[in-house]
Amino acid sequence: MSTARTSTLASLRGSIERLEAHGDAHDINKIALGHKAADAVLQGGLALAAMHEVFAEGHQSASATGFIAGLAGRVSPRRPLVWVRQDFSEIESGALSMSGLCELGLDPRLLVTVRAPDTDAALRTAADALACDALGTVVLEMWGQARQLDLVASRKLTLAAAASGVTALLLRVAAEPRPSTAETRWIVRAAHSPPSAPWIAWGAPVFDAHLVRNRHGPVGRWIMEWNCDERLFSEPAAYPQPLAATPAHRPHQAAIIQPQRRAS
Amino acid sequence: MPLSLSLTLPHKGGGNDSSARVDISHNTNSRLPLPLAGEGWGGGVAASDTVRVERASPTRIASCDAIRPQSELRSSRPPQAGEVKQVYPFVIVAKQHNAILIHSLDEAAAQAGLSIGLPLANARAICPELTVFDADEVADRKTLEDIADWCDRFTPLVALDPPYGLYLDITGCAHLFGGERALLQIVSGALSRRGFAVGAAIASTAICARTLTRHVSGMIVADGEEAEAVSPLPVSALGADDAITAGLRRAGLKTIGDVASRAPHEITARFGAPFTTLLEQALGQGNAPISPRKPLPDYIVEKRFPEPVATDTVIAMNLSALAGMLVTAMDKQGKGARKLEASFFRTDGAVRTISVETGRPMTKPEAIDRLFRERLDALNDPLDPGFGFDLIRLSASRTEIVVQQQRDLDANVHDNDELSALIDRIAARIGGKRVVVHLPEDTHIPERAVLAVPAQHHLAAAAQVAWPERIEDEPPLRPLRLFEKPEPIKVPFATVPDGPPHQFTWRRVTHAVVRVEGPERIAMEWWKQNGDGPTRDYFRIEDEAGLRFWIFRDGLYESEPADAEGEPVPPRWFVHGLFA
Repeated sequence: MSTARTSTLASLRGSIERLEAHGDAHDINKIALGHKAADAVLQGGLALAAMHEVFAEGHQSASATGFIAGLAGRVSPRRPLVWVRQDFSEIESGALSMSGLCELGLDPRLLVTVRAPDTDAALRTAADALACDALGTVVLEMWGQARQLDLVASRKLTLAAAASGVTALLLRVAAEPRPSTAETRWIVRAAHSPPSAPWIAWGAPVFDAHLVRNRHGPVGRWIMEWNCDERLFSEPAAYPQPLAATPAHRPHQAAIIQPQRRAS
Repeated sequence: MPLSLSLTLPHKGGGNDSSARVDISHNTNSRLPLPLAGEGWGGGVAASDTVRVERASPTRIASCDAIRPQSELRSSRPPQAGEVKQVYPFVIVAKQHNAILIHSLDEAAAQAGLSIGLPLANARAICPELTVFDADEVADRKTLEDIADWCDRFTPLVALDPPYGLYLDITGCAHLFGGERALLQIVSGALSRRGFAVGAAIASTAICARTLTRHVSGMIVADGEEAEAVSPLPVSALGADDAITAGLRRAGLKTIGDVASRAPHEITARFGAPFTTLLEQALGQGNAPISPRKPLPDYIVEKRFPEPVATDTVIAMNLSALAGMLVTAMDKQGKGARKLEASFFRTDGAVRTISVETGRPMTKPEAIDRLFRERLDALNDPLDPGFGFDLIRLSASRTEIVVQQQRDLDANVHDNDELSALIDRIAARIGGKRVVVHLPEDTHIPERAVLAVPAQHHLAAAAQVAWPERIEDEPPLRPLRLFEKPEPIKVPFATVPDGPPHQFTWRRVTHAVVRVEGPERIAMEWWKQNGDGPTRDYFRIEDEAGLRFWIFRDGLYESEPADAEGEPVPPRWFVHGLFA
C-alpha cells in the first residue's frame, strides 16, 4: 500500500530508528526487553513483525495489561499504537487509563483506541491495522475464550504483521492457550513487591512472567520489574528470596472460586 | 446503455427560486396497498387520506437577477374522482375534542353530502353504508417522508408541507427532465400510478404554487403571471385559518382576486399582517424561502439507469465511476470531501442513503471507493436492491480546501496520511465513535480526567496535547485500568477510623491487605453546579497475591449521613482502578 515505506530508503530509516532507540541490540529484528535472562532465552529480545500472546486469568488482567503495555513501549516507543478491545473487557476489567499509561512512562498521544462491538469486528480491525505500516504496534485485547480466534485467524494476523513490519500483541484475559502461530506466549501474573522499608509501600510494577512458548528457543519463568523511568524491564532490585514469595504453590483464592462464578 | 448524467452544484448561488409544488392525495380506498417505501403502508388499507407534495427549486447558478420561473405543481386536495368508482363512500375518522370527527373523505362521500369535521354519528345518519377507517397520522407522516425521499431524485431541495404537501425547488433542474411541463408530468404520473391523487403546479413562489394545487391541476405559471392565475380561485385555496376564510366570505370577498383588489391596509387591519404576507406571496409579490429537509450538498454526481441495476458488481462498479467523477469535479476547485453520501434510489421508490466521514479531505477515488465498500460490507441490513436501482447518487455534503503538503524524505507526513486513512476505514466499518483518541481534561476527578474523542476529527489535536509529566523515581500513582463506575466493595472494618481496611471483598473474593499507601484525599468540585459530593480518600493497596488496587472511601469519617433512624451510615468503599 505504501510505496514509500517499502522502498529501500524507508526500510533503512526504520533500521536506523531502531538502532538509535536501542543501541545495544545485536539483532535489528529484535527488541531487547532489558531483563538479561529473558533476553538470553529469546536470543536478543522480542521479535518484531511477529505476533506475541499474553495470557492472564480474569483477576490478573491489570498485570497483563501492564506487561503488554511495557512490551508495546519497548517495541515502538515513538510510533502510533492501536489498541483494539471489545466493549465487554472494559466492563470486566476497566478502561485503559491514560494517566496510568503516563505513569508507566508511555505516551498516550500515540494511542488510538478502537472499541470493537464484537469479536469478529475486533479481529478484522486488528488485521486491518496490522496491514498499515505507519503503526508500530497493534494490541488486540480479548476477553474469554474467543472461538473465532482459531489457527486460521492467528495465521492471518501473523502474515499481516510479517508483511507490514508491525508487531502484533494479543492480550487474552480469562482464556486458555490454544494452538496458534504466535512467536512467543506468556502467562503473566502479578508478583509481590520486594521487601522494602516500611515507609515505602510499593514501587514499580512487578510481574511474574512465564514464557510458555518460544518458537526459537527454550522457555522460562522470571520475575520482571518494569522500570517506569527508563522504560524497560529489569530484574527486581535487591530481591533476597528469588521465587519463594510468589504464590505459585498456593493458588489464589479467586482461582478456586472462579468455577462457581462461571456456573452462576 | 445507461444514461449518465452529472450535475455539479456549487454553494448556493444567486437569489432566484422557482418552486414546483406537487400535491398528492392518496386514495385510501384503492385496493393496491401501493407502498412507496414499505413500512408506512404495510396494512393494505392504511389510514392516510391525502398527501400533497410541494416543491421549490434550488436557486440556479445562473447569475442573472432574472426572475426564475417559479413553477408549482398542484394537486387538488380531495382525492380526485378517479376511474375507481367507489360503490360505498368511505371516510377516515379521528378523535378530536372528545368526538369522533371525519378527518378526510373520498369523492363519493363528498357527493353524499359529508364534509370534513362532521361527527361520525351524523355522517352515518346521512349515509348509512359508510366505510370507516381510523386515521393514522404517524403513517401519513412517514408516507410523506417516503415520497419526499423519492422526490430527491428530481432536486436536492425538497421541503415538507405537512400534512399532505411537498415543495420541490426545481430551479435549474427542470431542463434535465425535459422542461417544466415534462417534469410535472413525470412527478404526477409516477405518483398517481402508485395510487395517490396528485395535484401539482409550478410557480415562482411556494405559496402561489400551493394555492394553485388546491384547485387547478397541472398548471404552470410563468413568472409575473401569478396574480392572474390565482385571482379566480376561492379564498379557501390560500389555506389560511378557517376563521379568516369565513370572515372573508362574510365580507363578500369570495375569490382571491376580490381580496387583492382591496387596499392591503384594510386587509391587515381586519385579518392581521401574516395573512397579508400570505396573500402577497400567493400573488407573486413577495417570496418566502422553503426549508429543505436536507442541506444542499456541495457536489452531486449521479447516474441514472434506464434498466435497473441489481447486482453487487455493477453497483460497485458504478459507485467507483461516480467517485471518479466527483473527485474530478472537486479537484477543479481544489476541494476534498470530508463527508460523503451515497443514495440508492430503488425502482419502487425506496431510497437508501449511506454516508461515510473522513478525517481529512479525500481526493482519491480509490480511497472513496474503498470506504464505501467497507461501509457496505459492514451494514447490519445489507443494501437490498429489490427490483433494482434506477439511480445512484454520490454527493459530497462537506468539503474542505485541500492543503497540499510537501513530502520530505522522512516518511512522517506520509505516515500520518496512512494512519488517518486506516482510522477512516475502521470508522466506516464500525462507526466513528468507536475509534477514539484521548485528550486530557482539566480536572482532578479521576474518572473525568480524560476525554475520549473521535479520532477522525481530533487526531492532530491529540498528537500535540500535553499530558501531565510523571514524577521521576515514584511508583505509579494512578492505576492502569480505571473503572468507569467505581465498584462497591465490602469492608468489615478499618484499623483506625480514618485508615485503610484490613481486608475487603470485591466480586465475591476476599483480599487481605498487605501493603497500603495513602490516603490521597480528593475533594469533589464543590464550586461547580452539581459538583458537590463526598470527599474521597484513596488508598493504593497490595493484597497477599501481589494484586494492586486503588480503593477509596466515599466520604470522610464522622461526616457520614445518618439514616432514617438517626444511626450513622457506615462509609461505603469502592474499587476504582487496578494497578499493573
